[in-house]
Amino acid sequence: MTTYDASFRVWRGDTAGGGLKDFTVEVNDGEVVLDIIHRLQATQAPDLAVRWNCKAGKCGSCSAEINGRPRLMCMTRMSVFSRDEVITVTPLRAFPVVRDLVTDVSFNYEKAREIPSFVPPPGVAPGDYRMRQEDVDRPQEFRKCIECFLCQDTCHVVRDHEENKAAFAGPRFLMRIAELDMHPLDAAEEAGLDRKRTAQDEHGLGYCNITKCCTEVCPEQIKITDNALIPLKERAVDRKYDPLVWLGNKIGRRRP
Amino acid sequence: MTQAERQQWDVVVVGAGGAGLRAAIEAREQGARTAVICKSLFGKAHTVMAEGGIAASMGNANPGDNWQVHFRDTMRGGKFLNQWRMAELHAREAPDRVWELETWGALFDRTKDGRISQRNFGGHEYPRLAHVGDRTGLELIRTLQQKIVSLQQEDKERFGDYEARLKVFQECTVTRVLKDDGRVSGAFCYERESGRFFVLEAPSVILATGGIGKSFKVTSNSWEYTGDGHALALLAGAPLVNMEFVQFHPTGMVWPPSVKGILVTESVRGDGGVLRNSDGKRFMFDYIPDVFREKYAETEEEGDRWYEDPDNNRRPPELLPRDEVARAINSEVKAGRGSPHGGVFLDVSTRMPAEVIRRRLPSMYHQFKELADVDITAEPMEVGPTCHYVMGGVAVESDTAAAVGVPGLYAAGEVAGGMHGSNRLGGNSLSDLLVFGRRAGLSAAQYAAGLGAARPAVADAQVAAAAEEALRPFAAHGAAAGGRPENPYTLHQELQQTMNDLVGIIRREEEMKQALRTLGELRVRTRGAGVEGHRQFNPGWHLALDLRNMLLVSECVARAALERTESRGGHTREDYPDMERDWRRVNLLCRLADPDADEGQIALERTNTEPIRPDLLALFDKEELVKYLAEEELYE
Amino acid sequence: MATGTEPPDTDTGRAGGTGCVDATGVHSPTRAAIAPRHLRTDRWWLAPAATAAGLLAFVVYSTWRAFANSDYYAAPYVSPFYSPCLAENCVPMKDGPNWEIFGNWWGLSPALLILIFPLGFRLTCYYYRKAYYRGFWASPPACAVAEPHKKYTGETRFPLVLQNIHRYFFYAALPVAGILTYDTVLAFRDASYAWGHMGLGTLVFLVNIVLIWAYTLSCHSCRHIVGGRLKHFSKHPVRYRMWNWVGRLNARHMQLAWASLISVALADFYVYLLATGAFDDPRLF
Repeated sequence: MTTYDASFRVWRGDTAGGGLKDFTVEVNDGEVVLDIIHRLQATQAPDLAVRWNCKAGKCGSCSAEINGRPRLMCMTRMSVFSRDEVITVTPLRAFPVVRDLVTDVSFNYEKAREIPSFVPPPGVAPGDYRMRQEDVDRPQEFRKCIECFLCQDTCHVVRDHEENKAAFAGPRFLMRIAELDMHPLDAAEEAGLDRKRTAQDEHGLGYCNITKCCTEVCPEQIKITDNALIPLKERAVDRKYDPLVWLGNKIGRRRP
Repeated sequence: MTQAERQQWDVVVVGAGGAGLRAAIEAREQGARTAVICKSLFGKAHTVMAEGGIAASMGNANPGDNWQVHFRDTMRGGKFLNQWRMAELHAREAPDRVWELETWGALFDRTKDGRISQRNFGGHEYPRLAHVGDRTGLELIRTLQQKIVSLQQEDKERFGDYEARLKVFQECTVTRVLKDDGRVSGAFCYERESGRFFVLEAPSVILATGGIGKSFKVTSNSWEYTGDGHALALLAGAPLVNMEFVQFHPTGMVWPPSVKGILVTESVRGDGGVLRNSDGKRFMFDYIPDVFREKYAETEEEGDRWYEDPDNNRRPPELLPRDEVARAINSEVKAGRGSPHGGVFLDVSTRMPAEVIRRRLPSMYHQFKELADVDITAEPMEVGPTCHYVMGGVAVESDTAAAVGVPGLYAAGEVAGGMHGSNRLGGNSLSDLLVFGRRAGLSAAQYAAGLGAARPAVADAQVAAAAEEALRPFAAHGAAAGGRPENPYTLHQELQQTMNDLVGIIRREEEMKQALRTLGELRVRTRGAGVEGHRQFNPGWHLALDLRNMLLVSECVARAALERTESRGGHTREDYPDMERDWRRVNLLCRLADPDADEGQIALERTNTEPIRPDLLALFDKEELVKYLAEEELYE
Repeated sequence: MATGTEPPDTDTGRAGGTGCVDATGVHSPTRAAIAPRHLRTDRWWLAPAATAAGLLAFVVYSTWRAFANSDYYAAPYVSPFYSPCLAENCVPMKDGPNWEIFGNWWGLSPALLILIFPLGFRLTCYYYRKAYYRGFWASPPACAVAEPHKKYTGETRFPLVLQNIHRYFFYAALPVAGILTYDTVLAFRDASYAWGHMGLGTLVFLVNIVLIWAYTLSCHSCRHIVGGRLKHFSKHPVRYRMWNWVGRLNARHMQLAWASLISVALADFYVYLLATGAFDDPRLF
């Protein structure tokens, strides 16, 4: 087993201000950035605030920015850095900071509540749900999401424009709409809820300029842009920008 | 004096994993105003780590399955120590709980005809686990989380407030269950972010805090698993049962050191993975115990045929219950036939095409690739036992999930004891969460409603005492003029090492006595544990508070393990290697003794379980029962 | 932290400040006080710079060639920039796409009439949008690198809301690709229009048309139309298979976008070389 000392710069502070603090800390074989942060806690900075949980890339708690890139600390191996590299760890920069590496991610929970839930098909009893694997494949990909909110953090729509937060649900929750719209038994439409249209009108799908940073940072390798956001945009086009549909509605008939 | 804000609720659920959320949904649907309080963010609970699936005898994969078969498997897995009524309710209700998830939006993997696909797992006679790849726990949590959101949306519609009847207090910790005249009156909590104290006044408190794994060094459990609910129950006067039974999952990662203990799902074996030692031998064939002899294959050929033709072949011994496999791996490593990093080899690469592995075990593929640089489609994994689950927990009434002896206190999920006996089968945990989470929510709501206006009150003195207790680590830091305050991280590491080495997978009397002595010392030193800084998001402080809980439950485990002079399920004594039929009926209850007593803070009490109901006994062959039950039980 | 919707407590204010004039985005008062716009240490600027350079080179080249109105036909090859030719002022191309829909009043280069369609298709393409939003507009320049703009409304209003008409350009791109396929068939002639011959140009045209089709069919709108819009694949097995097939192409949409962009320019340049006499088409048979 080999051991060496690494140079870390970790942001410490709170809403009142703060800055990058330098640390020299031991690194062992096979460790990840979160191990190093824990070592700092145990040996040099016992009150260093960090949010984490499963340490296996399954819960999405330890999101941070490492050398400026949004990542999970538990899934960033130290071996990807050279030994003389200074490793900078900061909190997520799209959300209000609480303390040190912990940010206030309540934006995401507010947005989650604004997405209308699954609408069960009327008249189908529990146990009678029948769905084909090929029909659930698509939404299942989106349900791999561990809600680490790295996509929400990296998305320039809200990261660089605080004022857009009110109007824009963010990639995670637009993907949630896509998931429900592709759910083979979701009965929203029968209940009078048009998910395609509301994605554009109420959840800010139009803000997305498909620059794919959400897909780039996703630790679950979900193809957020290609499989959720763009298909959702196309579905919104079906509703809103398709002249045949528009014409059909004008003369009081729906397209079959 | 610290002022703590007070809020009034009907039901307070401590913990937001599968059991907690299912309880909260039920309580809210019964009309109770329900608060959920959890240490992590909403949706991050340890349940997300569950990989394999939810055991429920829906009979989709094999129509021969039904609740009786599931009940039998559960009792066998638990070596008949289970609270049989819980095992019965669990087996009967699990299918309904799974189907219900679909109506809330869950998307399980499907069979060809569109029903929920079910997979094989250790100890289950038929393919029984509803699953989503190897991320079933995530699906469960997300579905429950989204159901809660949908209930909140209903309340928003009706009352104009999302949180009118159901609120989640995330990143908050409960340090005391408050009582009034023997009955539960509320919970004392602090907000991790600000360090602010608050009190949730409620006549019903449901503990759903999960397990105790963080008391052990090598564990698959996250930092949250510090036995909070176990300790809260003890401190509130409720007994814990079966605490000596700790499940070591046979397959945890062993390398690199920083991920040692992280789980490798049992589905790897359920889908065809085999265990080999350094000689390349499938050693599990040498470790089939007599009680399971007829159920498992004797040759590799038969075992391999079983995957294709389960009706005419017996299953391979890699799929024995977890305690058996964990012990076998332990023995192989001890005999010098282990892998380079002290485990054994778990191989799927020679058993399935790479494409199939990536599709069926995506997160395992990902986990090994990312964390260990191992491509499981091309090379074997190295695995070894890891502390995974505690079968013991709060002693509860089977039907209501009410804690024994404390009106208003309930427990569900891993924190509750009894359901799994001496060893839990894989897949039975998620179904346990749903079945008893719902039952706890139901009874807690009914109990709260039944009280009417005559609710227990929270006395100021109790709140003040709880606040003082919670602030002690700061005082210890300030008062440490004579010497340096103890570092809570160091104390925690010593505790983990002690439990791992002395009360681990194989136990000896002398070592456990040593463990109890060490725990006593650690308890004294913990009083001097001090933390720097202030109360805002201070992890050192949080750990110092959690140490109290870990020390309490660790002592329960050690004391009960020392007392039980037999080997059964998750409790293996080197000095008493056999299962004793006379011990089957015996439950060891842990209660809080005088907290400052030198000989420890836990007192043990022996009780006998109720005899198994005759119609349930009739589900088994006489020859099988003879192996487990004492003579007089058989003729009762 | 409760899941409450009340805004976070911000009355503490930011001590010192970040030294940045515009206190928005990553420098908003509630965010962690970090002065640099980004902390990336890799060469994040390389990709947008390369994209911008590549696109710019194509724009310059194609503008010159589109306005040139010369050297676009060298029997039997017609430059893809000038096909089909919709005005009367084209050189006659035997059996070629001389369709004088616009008659004789059009005095500019005939390329401008037809190039609108492939241009619109590529301009509204989901991949190219990413490429030029990042490369030219720096919105964002790269992930987690703050963009320089004060306001951002994305594709919510005019003119960018027009990006939603991508699928109509896709429909238009289909006949254009069809005509280029026809041109490729015509390329199996020799300079005196005898059938059954091939030259190096035929190969260039073949490669180009394959890439054009692959790019066109890998379009996200195409993927949506053939099957993506369905809720139940299981009820439409044929469309499901087509969707899978387009999906596999779609995963390579970026590569195909670049490959076909380069190939179409090369095909045009090849014709230019022949037409100007700078080069003779090597005949294979």
